[in-house]
Amino acid sequence: MIMCQRATELMSQRLDRPLSWLERVSLRLHLSMCGACSQCNRQFDLLHQVGERHPAVNTHKKPSMK
Amino acid sequence: MLHQASSFESQKRLEAVRPRLIAFARLHLRNATLAEDVVQEALLTAHEKANDFEGRSGYETWVFGILKYKILDGLRAQKRQGTWQPMNDDISDDLLDRLFQENGRWQPNARPSRWGEPDAVFENEHFWQVFDACMTALPDTIARVFSLRELMGLSTQEICKETGLKENNCWVILHRARLRLRTCIEHGWLQEEST
Repeated sequence: MIMCQRATELMSQRLDRPLSWLERVSLRLHLSMCGACSQCNRQFDLLHQVGERHPAVNTHKKPSMK
Repeated sequence: MLHQASSFESQKRLEAVRPRLIAFARLHLRNATLAEDVVQEALLTAHEKANDFEGRSGYETWVFGILKYKILDGLRAQKRQGTWQPMNDDISDDLLDRLFQENGRWQPNARPSRWGEPDAVFENEHFWQVFDACMTALPDTIARVFSLRELMGLSTQEICKETGLKENNCWVILHRARLRLRTCIEHGWLQEEST
């Protein structure tokens, strides 16, 4: 069982290197039970997209799907 | 005549992207003068090579590509001259103790909250003001490694080559960068939005 601090390490490293099978399973299990870490995981994902979405770079807004 | 007209067009197009190039370069180099210099060089290169561009899509993407090369050149020069050294000091602080209890759980006051749908977040101008402010507030090494990874899109292996850091260290630094940024953004943005 991993705790939140370790889970945040894995959700960060997931963006920089492939996780091992065991790491993936531990992270998935932890996220399924921990609301705070699930939010953190979404936020790390969002920060991972800033390079494409930053207003300095992103000139062509995607057309709205609505 | 024809040549002159296209050269004028190219200059006009470049002037229009300039402010955004500078904003991007500042975010990375953390120095206004240096950012201006690097952008100036990138613009000059783009102007000289304007003919190379023809036929490709995304003129601004192309110019940003040139800028990224120039920023990396700037970083290499800073490293050669010894004006920039990655500092391990930046990661030996009490960040993890402030965020996590001894048993590894979140401190009650540090638990992340919901930010909403990414598309809505990215369209929020205030989010980007807070993001830029939080980037500026990051310790130097952490900010640069994060920016190389997430703004310039380098892999951690490439970052090792550029900075001389070990890959393990990069992962540790990026973990801290993401934790710091998410904490800073949540304080500066969500709390203000809700008041």
